[in-house]
Amino acid sequence: MAGVDQLNQVYFDGVAEGQLRIQQCGDCGAQQFYPRVVCKHCGSEHSQWIVASGQGKVSSYSVVRRGVSADFSAPYIVALITLEEGVTMMSHVVDVEPDQVASGMAVTVAFRPVGGADIRPVFTPALASR
Amino acid sequence: MDLSNVAIVGSFETDLGIVADRGPMALGVQAALGAIADAGLDASAIDGLITCNSLVTPVMYHAEATAEYAGLTPSHCLSVGTGGGTTYTALRYAAAAIQTGLATTVVVSMADSMRSFMTRDRAMAVQSSSGHPHFEQPYGPTVPAYYALIARAHMDTFGTTEAQFAEAMVSSRTWAHENPTAQYRERVTVDEVLASKPIADPLKLLDCSIVSDGGAAVVLTTRERARDLPHTPVLLKGYGEGHHYEHISQATDLTRSAAVDSGKAAFEQAGIEPSDIELAQLYDCFSPALLIQLEDLGFCDKGAGGDFLASGATRPGGALPVNTHGGMLSHCHPGNPGAMFGLTEAVRQYRGAAGTRQLAHLEHTLLHAQGGIMSSHATVVLGRAN
Repeated sequence: MAGVDQLNQVYFDGVAEGQLRIQQCGDCGAQQFYPRVVCKHCGSEHSQWIVASGQGKVSSYSVVRRGVSADFSAPYIVALITLEEGVTMMSHVVDVEPDQVASGMAVTVAFRPVGGADIRPVFTPALASR
Repeated sequence: MDLSNVAIVGSFETDLGIVADRGPMALGVQAALGAIADAGLDASAIDGLITCNSLVTPVMYHAEATAEYAGLTPSHCLSVGTGGGTTYTALRYAAAAIQTGLATTVVVSMADSMRSFMTRDRAMAVQSSSGHPHFEQPYGPTVPAYYALIARAHMDTFGTTEAQFAEAMVSSRTWAHENPTAQYRERVTVDEVLASKPIADPLKLLDCSIVSDGGAAVVLTTRERARDLPHTPVLLKGYGEGHHYEHISQATDLTRSAAVDSGKAAFEQAGIEPSDIELAQLYDCFSPALLIQLEDLGFCDKGAGGDFLASGATRPGGALPVNTHGGMLSHCHPGNPGAMFGLTEAVRQYRGAAGTRQLAHLEHTLLHAQGGIMSSHATVVLGRAN
Protein backbone atom coordinates (compact mmCIF):
# COMPACT_ATOMS: atom_id res chain seq x y z
CA MET A 1 0.00 0.00 0.00
CA ALA A 2 1.24 3.47 -0.91
CA GLY A 3 2.98 5.30 1.89
CA VAL A 4 3.01 2.39 4.33
CA ASP A 5 6.29 2.35 6.23
CA GLN A 6 7.97 -0.64 7.84
CA LEU A 7 6.25 -0.08 11.17
CA ASN A 8 2.75 0.11 9.72
CA GLN A 9 3.52 -2.88 7.51
CA VAL A 10 3.72 -5.07 10.64
CA TYR A 11 0.10 -4.16 11.33
CA PHE A 12 -0.99 -4.89 7.76
CA ASP A 13 0.97 -8.17 7.71
CA GLY A 14 -1.04 -9.10 10.82
CA VAL A 15 -4.29 -8.30 9.05
CA ALA A 16 -3.23 -10.57 6.20
CA GLU A 17 -2.74 -13.35 8.76
CA GLY A 18 -6.05 -12.69 10.51
CA GLN A 19 -4.47 -10.97 13.49
CA LEU A 20 -5.32 -7.55 14.94
CA ARG A 21 -1.95 -6.27 16.13
CA ILE A 22 -1.53 -3.34 18.51
CA GLN A 23 1.52 -2.01 20.33
CA GLN A 24 2.38 -2.44 23.99
CA CYS A 25 5.13 -0.39 25.59
CA GLY A 26 8.05 -2.44 26.87
CA ASP A 27 8.68 0.14 29.60
CA CYS A 28 5.37 1.53 30.89
CA GLY A 29 3.15 -1.29 29.64
CA ALA A 30 0.57 1.00 28.02
CA GLN A 31 -1.08 -0.05 24.78
CA GLN A 32 -1.54 2.19 21.80
CA PHE A 33 -3.14 2.29 18.37
CA TYR A 34 -2.30 3.46 15.68
CA PRO A 35 1.35 2.22 15.59
CA ARG A 36 4.00 4.76 16.53
CA VAL A 37 7.80 4.69 16.81
CA VAL A 38 7.46 6.02 20.35
CA CYS A 39 5.07 5.26 23.20
CA LYS A 40 2.71 8.25 23.36
CA HIS A 41 2.38 7.75 27.11
CA CYS A 42 6.06 7.65 28.18
CA GLY A 43 8.15 8.32 25.07
CA SER A 44 9.83 4.91 25.18
CA GLU A 45 11.05 3.44 21.91
CA HIS A 46 10.69 -0.11 23.21
CA SER A 47 7.24 -0.95 21.98
CA GLN A 48 6.30 -4.55 21.28
CA TRP A 49 3.53 -5.96 19.14
CA ILE A 50 0.76 -7.93 20.78
CA VAL A 51 -2.24 -9.60 19.20
CA ALA A 52 -5.46 -8.03 20.47
CA SER A 53 -8.25 -10.39 21.51
CA GLY A 54 -10.51 -8.91 18.85
CA GLN A 55 -13.26 -8.27 21.40
CA GLY A 56 -14.51 -4.73 21.84
CA LYS A 57 -17.45 -2.39 22.12
CA VAL A 58 -18.96 0.20 19.82
CA SER A 59 -18.17 3.57 21.39
CA SER A 60 -19.95 5.56 18.69
CA TYR A 61 -21.23 4.98 15.18
CA SER A 62 -22.89 6.53 12.16
CA VAL A 63 -24.91 4.94 9.42
CA VAL A 64 -23.50 6.64 6.33
CA ARG A 65 -26.36 7.25 3.89
CA ARG A 66 -24.34 9.09 1.26
CA GLY A 67 -21.16 7.17 0.51
CA VAL A 68 -17.78 8.79 0.19
CA SER A 69 -17.23 7.36 -3.30
CA ALA A 70 -18.61 4.81 -5.73
CA ASP A 71 -16.47 2.18 -3.98
CA PHE A 72 -18.56 2.48 -0.84
CA SER A 73 -22.13 1.37 -1.24
CA ALA A 74 -24.41 3.15 1.23
CA PRO A 75 -25.68 2.48 3.76
CA TYR A 76 -22.61 1.36 5.69
CA ILE A 77 -21.79 1.72 9.36
CA VAL A 78 -18.67 3.66 10.33
CA ALA A 79 -17.88 3.13 14.00
CA LEU A 80 -15.32 3.81 16.67
CA ILE A 81 -14.52 0.52 18.36
CA THR A 82 -12.88 0.45 21.78
CA LEU A 83 -11.02 -2.84 22.10
CA GLU A 84 -10.99 -4.63 25.44
CA GLU A 85 -7.30 -3.75 25.67
CA GLY A 86 -8.41 -0.10 25.90
CA VAL A 87 -7.39 1.37 22.56
CA THR A 88 -9.87 2.82 20.05
CA MET A 89 -9.91 2.37 16.29
CA MET A 90 -12.14 3.33 13.40
CA SER A 91 -13.81 0.46 11.58
CA HIS A 92 -17.06 -0.82 10.14
CA VAL A 93 -19.76 -2.78 11.92
CA VAL A 94 -21.03 -5.44 9.52
CA ASP A 95 -23.54 -8.31 9.55
CA VAL A 96 -26.10 -6.13 11.31
CA GLU A 97 -29.08 -4.08 10.15
CA PRO A 98 -28.42 -0.33 10.50
CA ASP A 99 -31.25 0.07 13.00
CA GLN A 100 -29.85 -2.72 15.19
CA VAL A 101 -26.44 -1.18 15.89
CA ALA A 102 -26.04 0.70 19.17
CA SER A 103 -23.33 2.30 21.24
CA GLY A 104 -22.04 -0.12 23.87
CA MET A 105 -22.75 -3.11 21.64
CA ALA A 106 -20.23 -5.96 22.06
CA VAL A 107 -18.42 -6.76 18.82
CA THR A 108 -15.81 -9.20 17.53
CA VAL A 109 -13.22 -8.61 14.87
CA ALA A 110 -13.53 -10.16 11.40
CA PHE A 111 -11.43 -9.65 8.31
CA ARG A 112 -13.25 -8.60 5.17
CA PRO A 113 -12.69 -6.55 2.03
CA VAL A 114 -13.70 -2.93 2.64
CA GLY A 115 -14.72 -0.44 -0.04
CA GLY A 116 -14.10 -2.99 -2.76
CA ALA A 117 -10.42 -3.01 -1.87
CA ASP A 118 -8.08 -4.67 0.61
CA ILE A 119 -8.96 -6.91 3.53
CA ARG A 120 -9.43 -4.84 6.70
CA PRO A 121 -10.42 -5.57 10.25
CA VAL A 122 -14.14 -4.95 10.66
CA PHE A 123 -16.45 -5.90 13.51
CA THR A 124 -19.49 -8.10 13.79
CA PRO A 125 -21.94 -8.36 16.67
CA ALA A 126 -20.36 -10.58 19.35
CA LEU A 127 -21.90 -14.06 19.65
CA ALA A 128 -23.48 -13.31 23.02
CA SER A 129 -25.33 -10.29 21.69
CA ARG A 130 -26.68 -11.92 18.55
CA MET B 1 0.72 37.26 24.49
CA ASP B 2 -0.67 40.71 25.10
CA LEU B 3 -2.29 42.05 21.92
CA SER B 4 -3.54 45.34 23.36
CA ASN B 5 -1.71 47.47 20.80
CA VAL B 6 -3.55 45.90 17.86
CA ALA B 7 -6.72 47.17 16.18
CA ILE B 8 -8.91 45.89 13.34
CA VAL B 9 -9.39 48.89 11.06
CA GLY B 10 -10.60 47.48 7.75
CA SER B 11 -13.05 44.76 6.75
CA PHE B 12 -14.50 43.54 3.45
CA GLU B 13 -16.58 40.70 2.03
CA THR B 14 -16.66 39.84 -1.68
CA ASP B 15 -19.75 38.71 -3.53
CA LEU B 16 -20.85 35.52 -1.76
CA GLY B 17 -22.81 32.37 -2.38
CA ILE B 18 -22.54 31.36 -6.02
CA VAL B 19 -19.82 33.41 -7.72
CA ALA B 20 -19.07 31.65 -10.99
CA ASP B 21 -17.33 34.49 -12.84
CA ARG B 22 -14.13 34.50 -10.79
CA GLY B 23 -12.01 31.93 -9.01
CA PRO B 24 -10.55 31.75 -5.52
CA MET B 25 -7.39 33.77 -6.21
CA ALA B 26 -9.41 36.61 -7.73
CA LEU B 27 -11.83 36.58 -4.79
CA GLY B 28 -8.98 36.65 -2.27
CA VAL B 29 -7.35 39.59 -4.01
CA GLN B 30 -10.67 41.42 -4.24
CA ALA B 31 -11.18 40.85 -0.52
CA ALA B 32 -7.70 42.10 0.38
CA LEU B 33 -7.92 45.24 -1.72
CA GLY B 34 -11.46 45.90 -0.51
CA ALA B 35 -10.38 45.70 3.12
CA ILE B 36 -7.41 48.01 2.48
CA ALA B 37 -9.72 50.57 0.87
CA ASP B 38 -12.23 50.19 3.71
CA ALA B 39 -9.43 50.99 6.15
CA GLY B 40 -8.73 54.19 4.24
CA LEU B 41 -5.20 53.02 3.48
CA ASP B 42 -3.06 52.94 0.39
CA ALA B 43 -1.74 49.56 -0.72
CA SER B 44 1.78 50.80 -0.05
CA ALA B 45 0.94 50.88 3.68
CA ILE B 46 0.60 47.09 3.81
CA ASP B 47 3.73 45.34 5.07
CA GLY B 48 2.23 41.96 5.91
CA LEU B 49 -0.14 39.55 4.15
CA ILE B 50 -1.52 36.32 5.61
CA THR B 51 -3.75 34.00 3.58
CA CYS B 52 -4.96 30.41 3.68
CA ASN B 53 -4.52 28.12 0.72
CA SER B 54 -7.38 27.22 -1.59
CA LEU B 55 -8.73 23.66 -1.45
CA VAL B 56 -10.04 24.04 -5.00
CA THR B 57 -6.85 25.31 -6.66
CA PRO B 58 -4.00 25.05 -4.14
CA VAL B 59 -0.77 26.84 -5.02
CA MET B 60 2.70 26.45 -3.53
CA TYR B 61 3.22 30.08 -2.49
CA HIS B 62 -0.29 31.25 -1.83
CA ALA B 63 0.25 34.50 0.07
CA GLU B 64 3.06 35.50 -2.27
CA ALA B 65 0.91 34.79 -5.34
CA THR B 66 -1.92 36.82 -3.80
CA ALA B 67 0.46 39.75 -3.21
CA GLU B 68 1.76 39.50 -6.76
CA TYR B 69 -1.76 39.48 -8.25
CA ALA B 70 -2.84 42.42 -6.08
CA GLY B 71 0.28 44.47 -6.74
CA LEU B 72 1.33 44.36 -3.10
CA THR B 73 4.98 44.18 -2.06
CA PRO B 74 4.81 43.32 1.64
CA SER B 75 7.80 42.54 3.86
CA HIS B 76 6.02 39.49 5.31
CA CYS B 77 3.99 36.81 3.51
CA LEU B 78 2.54 33.72 5.18
CA SER B 79 0.04 31.08 4.11
CA VAL B 80 -1.48 29.27 7.07
CA GLY B 81 -3.26 25.94 7.11
CA THR B 82 -5.13 24.74 10.15
CA GLY B 83 -8.37 23.89 8.40
CA GLY B 84 -11.36 25.75 9.73
CA GLY B 85 -9.28 27.16 12.58
CA THR B 86 -7.16 28.98 9.98
CA THR B 87 -8.98 32.27 10.29
CA TYR B 88 -8.36 33.08 13.91
CA THR B 89 -4.94 31.45 14.02
CA ALA B 90 -3.97 33.81 11.18
CA LEU B 91 -5.56 36.73 13.00
CA ARG B 92 -3.45 36.01 16.07
CA TYR B 93 -0.19 35.74 14.11
CA ALA B 94 -1.01 39.01 12.34
CA ALA B 95 -1.67 40.64 15.69
CA ALA B 96 1.50 39.20 17.20
CA ALA B 97 3.55 40.57 14.30
CA ILE B 98 2.14 44.04 14.96
CA GLN B 99 2.45 43.80 18.72
CA THR B 100 6.12 42.85 18.47
CA GLY B 101 6.92 45.46 15.83
CA LEU B 102 7.64 42.91 13.11
CA ALA B 103 5.00 44.58 10.96
CA THR B 104 2.79 47.64 11.26
CA THR B 105 -0.18 46.92 9.00
CA VAL B 106 -1.22 43.38 8.07
CA VAL B 107 -3.98 42.07 5.82
CA VAL B 108 -5.57 38.70 6.56
CA SER B 109 -7.38 37.58 3.42
CA MET B 110 -9.08 34.27 2.66
CA ALA B 111 -11.28 33.01 -0.16
CA ASP B 112 -12.28 29.83 -1.92
CA SER B 113 -14.77 28.63 -4.51
CA MET B 114 -16.05 25.31 -3.24
CA ARG B 115 -19.41 25.81 -4.91
CA SER B 116 -18.51 26.80 -8.47
CA PHE B 117 -15.01 25.43 -9.04
CA MET B 118 -15.02 22.09 -7.28
CA THR B 119 -16.39 18.83 -8.62
CA ARG B 120 -18.31 16.51 -6.32
CA ASP B 121 -15.60 13.86 -6.65
CA ARG B 122 -12.86 16.32 -5.73
CA ALA B 123 -14.97 17.58 -2.81
CA MET B 124 -15.44 14.06 -1.51
CA ALA B 125 -11.73 13.32 -1.95
CA VAL B 126 -10.76 16.47 -0.05
CA GLN B 127 -13.15 15.83 2.77
CA SER B 128 -12.16 12.20 3.25
CA SER B 129 -8.48 13.24 3.25
CA SER B 130 -8.96 14.79 6.68
CA GLY B 131 -9.00 11.24 8.00
CA HIS B 132 -5.91 9.18 8.83
CA PRO B 133 -4.65 7.78 5.51
CA HIS B 134 -4.09 4.22 6.78
CA PHE B 135 -6.38 3.82 9.76
CA GLU B 136 -9.47 5.94 8.97
CA GLN B 137 -9.77 6.72 5.26
CA PRO B 138 -9.89 3.04 4.20
CA TYR B 139 -13.26 2.82 5.97
CA GLY B 140 -14.85 5.49 3.77
CA PRO B 141 -15.85 7.99 6.43
CA THR B 142 -17.29 11.30 5.21
CA VAL B 143 -16.89 14.56 7.11
CA PRO B 144 -20.57 14.48 8.10
CA ALA B 145 -19.96 10.94 9.41
CA TYR B 146 -17.11 12.15 11.62
CA TYR B 147 -19.39 14.76 13.19
CA ALA B 148 -22.16 12.18 13.37
CA LEU B 149 -19.89 10.09 15.64
CA ILE B 150 -19.70 13.11 17.95
CA ALA B 151 -23.43 13.77 17.73
CA ARG B 152 -24.22 10.14 18.58
CA ALA B 153 -21.87 10.20 21.57
CA HIS B 154 -23.57 13.37 22.86
CA MET B 155 -27.00 11.77 22.47
CA ASP B 156 -25.85 8.61 24.28
CA THR B 157 -24.13 10.52 27.10
CA PHE B 158 -26.52 13.41 27.72
CA GLY B 159 -29.82 12.43 26.11
CA THR B 160 -29.54 15.13 23.47
CA THR B 161 -32.13 14.67 20.71
CA GLU B 162 -32.07 15.05 16.94
CA ALA B 163 -34.73 17.75 17.35
CA GLN B 164 -32.33 19.71 19.56
CA PHE B 165 -29.55 19.48 16.96
CA ALA B 166 -32.10 20.72 14.41
CA GLU B 167 -32.45 23.95 16.40
CA ALA B 168 -29.03 25.01 15.12
CA MET B 169 -30.37 25.46 11.59
CA VAL B 170 -33.60 27.03 12.84
CA SER B 171 -31.56 29.69 14.66
CA SER B 172 -29.19 30.16 11.73
CA ARG B 173 -31.97 30.70 9.21
CA THR B 174 -33.80 33.09 11.52
CA TRP B 175 -30.73 35.34 11.42
CA ALA B 176 -29.95 34.69 7.74
CA HIS B 177 -33.48 35.78 6.85
CA GLU B 178 -32.35 39.27 7.94
CA ASN B 179 -29.12 39.18 5.91
CA PRO B 180 -29.38 40.11 2.21
CA THR B 181 -25.99 38.51 1.43
CA ALA B 182 -26.81 35.11 2.95
CA GLN B 183 -26.86 32.23 0.47
CA TYR B 184 -29.95 30.64 2.07
CA ARG B 185 -32.50 32.96 3.72
CA GLU B 186 -35.68 30.95 3.99
CA ARG B 187 -36.76 30.17 7.54
CA VAL B 188 -37.03 26.47 8.46
CA THR B 189 -38.75 24.55 11.23
CA VAL B 190 -37.40 21.72 13.38
CA ASP B 191 -39.71 19.32 11.52
CA GLU B 192 -38.29 20.44 8.18
CA VAL B 193 -34.74 19.82 9.41
CA LEU B 194 -35.73 16.38 10.73
CA ALA B 195 -37.38 15.54 7.40
CA SER B 196 -34.40 16.63 5.30
CA LYS B 197 -32.34 14.03 3.45
CA PRO B 198 -30.37 11.61 5.66
CA ILE B 199 -26.62 12.11 5.20
CA ALA B 200 -24.90 10.25 8.03
CA ASP B 201 -27.20 9.26 10.89
CA PRO B 202 -28.12 11.10 13.06
CA LEU B 203 -27.23 14.06 10.81
CA LYS B 204 -29.51 15.20 8.02
CA LEU B 205 -28.81 17.63 5.17
CA LEU B 206 -30.01 20.59 7.25
CA ASP B 207 -27.62 19.70 10.09
CA CYS B 208 -24.78 20.37 7.64
CA SER B 209 -23.21 23.65 6.55
CA ILE B 210 -23.65 24.87 3.01
CA VAL B 211 -21.15 24.95 0.14
CA SER B 212 -20.25 28.39 -1.13
CA ASP B 213 -17.93 30.70 -3.01
CA GLY B 214 -16.64 33.83 -1.35
CA GLY B 215 -13.85 35.73 0.28
CA ALA B 216 -13.30 38.13 3.14
CA ALA B 217 -10.42 40.12 4.56
CA VAL B 218 -9.53 42.34 7.48
CA VAL B 219 -6.75 44.87 8.05
CA LEU B 220 -4.96 45.08 11.39
CA THR B 221 -2.63 47.83 12.51
CA THR B 222 -1.40 49.56 15.65
CA ARG B 223 -3.85 51.46 17.84
CA GLU B 224 -1.76 54.54 17.29
CA ARG B 225 -2.11 54.37 13.51
CA ALA B 226 -5.81 53.49 13.88
CA ARG B 227 -6.49 56.94 15.35
CA ASP B 228 -5.97 58.53 11.93
CA LEU B 229 -8.22 56.06 10.07
CA PRO B 230 -11.93 56.43 9.27
CA HIS B 231 -13.46 53.58 11.28
CA THR B 232 -13.66 53.19 15.03
CA PRO B 233 -11.20 50.36 15.68
CA VAL B 234 -12.18 46.95 17.06
CA LEU B 235 -9.67 45.55 19.54
CA LEU B 236 -8.39 42.04 20.21
CA LYS B 237 -8.92 41.57 23.95
CA GLY B 238 -8.12 37.90 24.30
CA TYR B 239 -6.94 34.85 22.38
CA GLY B 240 -6.57 31.17 23.13
CA GLU B 241 -5.92 27.89 21.35
CA GLY B 242 -6.43 24.24 22.20
CA HIS B 243 -5.33 21.07 20.42
CA HIS B 244 -6.21 17.69 21.94
CA TYR B 245 -5.90 15.42 18.90
CA GLU B 246 -6.16 15.54 15.14
CA HIS B 247 -7.89 12.30 14.11
CA ILE B 248 -11.31 11.58 15.60
CA SER B 249 -10.37 7.99 16.43
CA GLN B 250 -7.69 9.41 18.77
CA ALA B 251 -10.13 11.56 20.78
CA THR B 252 -10.25 10.58 24.44
CA ASP B 253 -13.63 12.30 24.91
CA LEU B 254 -15.97 12.73 21.93
CA THR B 255 -18.24 15.16 23.76
CA ARG B 256 -15.69 17.57 25.25
CA SER B 257 -13.32 19.42 22.94
CA ALA B 258 -10.19 21.55 23.26
CA ALA B 259 -12.51 24.57 22.99
CA VAL B 260 -12.51 24.23 26.78
CA ASP B 261 -8.82 25.22 26.73
CA SER B 262 -8.99 27.84 23.99
CA GLY B 263 -12.00 29.54 25.56
CA LYS B 264 -10.50 29.55 29.05
CA ALA B 265 -7.29 31.15 27.78
CA ALA B 266 -9.15 33.78 25.76
CA PHE B 267 -11.46 34.71 28.65
CA GLU B 268 -8.54 34.92 31.08
CA GLN B 269 -6.58 37.23 28.79
CA ALA B 270 -9.62 39.43 28.22
CA GLY B 271 -10.39 39.46 31.95
CA ILE B 272 -14.04 38.60 31.38
CA GLU B 273 -16.50 35.72 31.84
CA PRO B 274 -18.79 33.96 29.35
CA SER B 275 -21.70 35.95 30.81
CA ASP B 276 -20.02 39.16 29.58
CA ILE B 277 -20.31 38.05 25.94
CA GLU B 278 -23.09 39.78 23.97
CA LEU B 279 -22.36 38.20 20.57
CA ALA B 280 -20.88 34.76 19.86
CA GLN B 281 -19.73 33.93 16.33
CA LEU B 282 -19.23 30.17 16.51
CA TYR B 283 -18.06 27.49 14.08
CA ASP B 284 -21.27 25.88 12.84
CA CYS B 285 -19.92 23.43 10.25
CA PHE B 286 -22.39 20.86 11.64
CA SER B 287 -25.10 21.23 14.26
CA PRO B 288 -23.30 19.13 16.95
CA ALA B 289 -20.18 21.31 16.60
CA LEU B 290 -22.21 24.40 17.44
CA LEU B 291 -23.95 22.68 20.34
CA ILE B 292 -20.71 21.42 21.90
CA GLN B 293 -18.99 24.81 21.51
CA LEU B 294 -21.83 26.44 23.46
CA GLU B 295 -21.01 24.03 26.30
CA ASP B 296 -17.22 24.00 26.08
CA LEU B 297 -16.97 27.80 25.88
CA GLY B 298 -19.02 28.10 29.06
CA PHE B 299 -22.30 29.51 27.74
CA CYS B 300 -24.21 26.60 29.30
CA ASP B 301 -23.43 23.53 31.41
CA LYS B 302 -21.89 20.41 29.87
CA GLY B 303 -24.72 18.35 28.45
CA ALA B 304 -27.18 21.26 28.41
CA GLY B 305 -26.37 22.47 24.88
CA GLY B 306 -29.53 20.90 23.43
CA ASP B 307 -31.80 22.65 25.91
CA PHE B 308 -29.89 25.91 25.40
CA LEU B 309 -30.36 25.81 21.62
CA ALA B 310 -34.02 24.83 21.91
CA SER B 311 -34.66 27.72 24.33
CA GLY B 312 -34.13 30.19 21.50
CA ALA B 313 -31.26 31.88 23.36
CA THR B 314 -29.15 32.08 20.21
CA ARG B 315 -31.85 33.65 18.02
CA PRO B 316 -32.75 37.34 17.55
CA GLY B 317 -33.80 38.75 20.91
CA GLY B 318 -32.22 35.83 22.77
CA ALA B 319 -29.78 36.03 25.67
CA LEU B 320 -26.80 35.10 23.48
CA PRO B 321 -27.10 36.07 19.81
CA VAL B 322 -25.06 33.51 17.81
CA ASN B 323 -23.92 33.96 14.20
CA THR B 324 -26.01 37.02 13.42
CA HIS B 325 -24.98 36.82 9.75
CA GLY B 326 -26.41 33.31 9.45
CA GLY B 327 -23.17 31.39 9.95
CA MET B 328 -21.84 28.62 7.77
CA LEU B 329 -25.19 26.82 8.00
CA SER B 330 -26.86 29.54 5.90
CA HIS B 331 -24.69 32.54 5.03
CA CYS B 332 -21.42 31.41 3.41
CA HIS B 333 -19.10 28.43 3.74
CA PRO B 334 -16.40 28.37 1.07
CA GLY B 335 -14.27 25.89 3.03
CA ASN B 336 -11.40 26.98 5.24
CA PRO B 337 -12.26 30.71 5.05
CA GLY B 338 -15.72 30.05 6.55
CA ALA B 339 -15.10 31.68 9.93
CA MET B 340 -13.87 34.92 8.29
CA PHE B 341 -17.49 35.96 7.90
CA GLY B 342 -18.08 35.62 11.63
CA LEU B 343 -15.30 38.17 12.05
CA THR B 344 -16.44 40.59 9.33
CA GLU B 345 -20.00 40.42 10.69
CA ALA B 346 -18.70 41.23 14.19
CA VAL B 347 -16.89 44.29 12.79
CA ARG B 348 -20.15 45.28 11.08
CA GLN B 349 -22.00 44.95 14.39
CA TYR B 350 -19.42 47.15 16.15
CA ARG B 351 -19.86 49.77 13.46
CA GLY B 352 -23.64 49.76 13.85
CA ALA B 353 -24.01 48.70 10.22
CA ALA B 354 -25.78 45.35 10.60
CA GLY B 355 -29.18 46.53 9.43
CA THR B 356 -32.12 44.67 10.93
CA ARG B 357 -29.65 42.31 12.64
CA GLN B 358 -28.04 45.15 14.57
CA LEU B 359 -27.58 44.44 18.28
CA ALA B 360 -28.65 47.28 20.54
CA HIS B 361 -25.57 47.00 22.75
CA LEU B 362 -22.23 45.34 22.07
CA GLU B 363 -19.13 45.47 24.19
CA HIS B 364 -17.59 41.97 24.04
CA THR B 365 -17.79 39.49 21.17
CA LEU B 366 -16.48 35.93 21.18
CA LEU B 367 -15.23 34.40 17.93
CA HIS B 368 -14.50 30.70 17.72
CA ALA B 369 -13.15 28.55 14.92
CA GLN B 370 -12.05 24.96 14.79
CA GLY B 371 -10.22 22.71 12.42
CA GLY B 372 -10.16 18.97 11.93
CA ILE B 373 -13.01 17.09 13.59
CA MET B 374 -13.50 19.25 16.69
CA SER B 375 -9.68 18.97 16.85
CA SER B 376 -7.89 22.34 16.66
CA HIS B 377 -9.56 25.28 18.37
CA ALA B 378 -8.99 29.04 18.34
CA THR B 379 -10.99 31.56 20.38
CA VAL B 380 -10.86 35.36 20.12
CA VAL B 381 -12.48 37.97 22.37
CA LEU B 382 -13.12 41.31 20.67
CA GLY B 383 -13.92 44.58 22.38
CA ARG B 384 -14.27 48.28 21.80
CA ALA B 385 -11.54 50.87 22.15
CA ASN B 386 -12.37 52.88 25.26
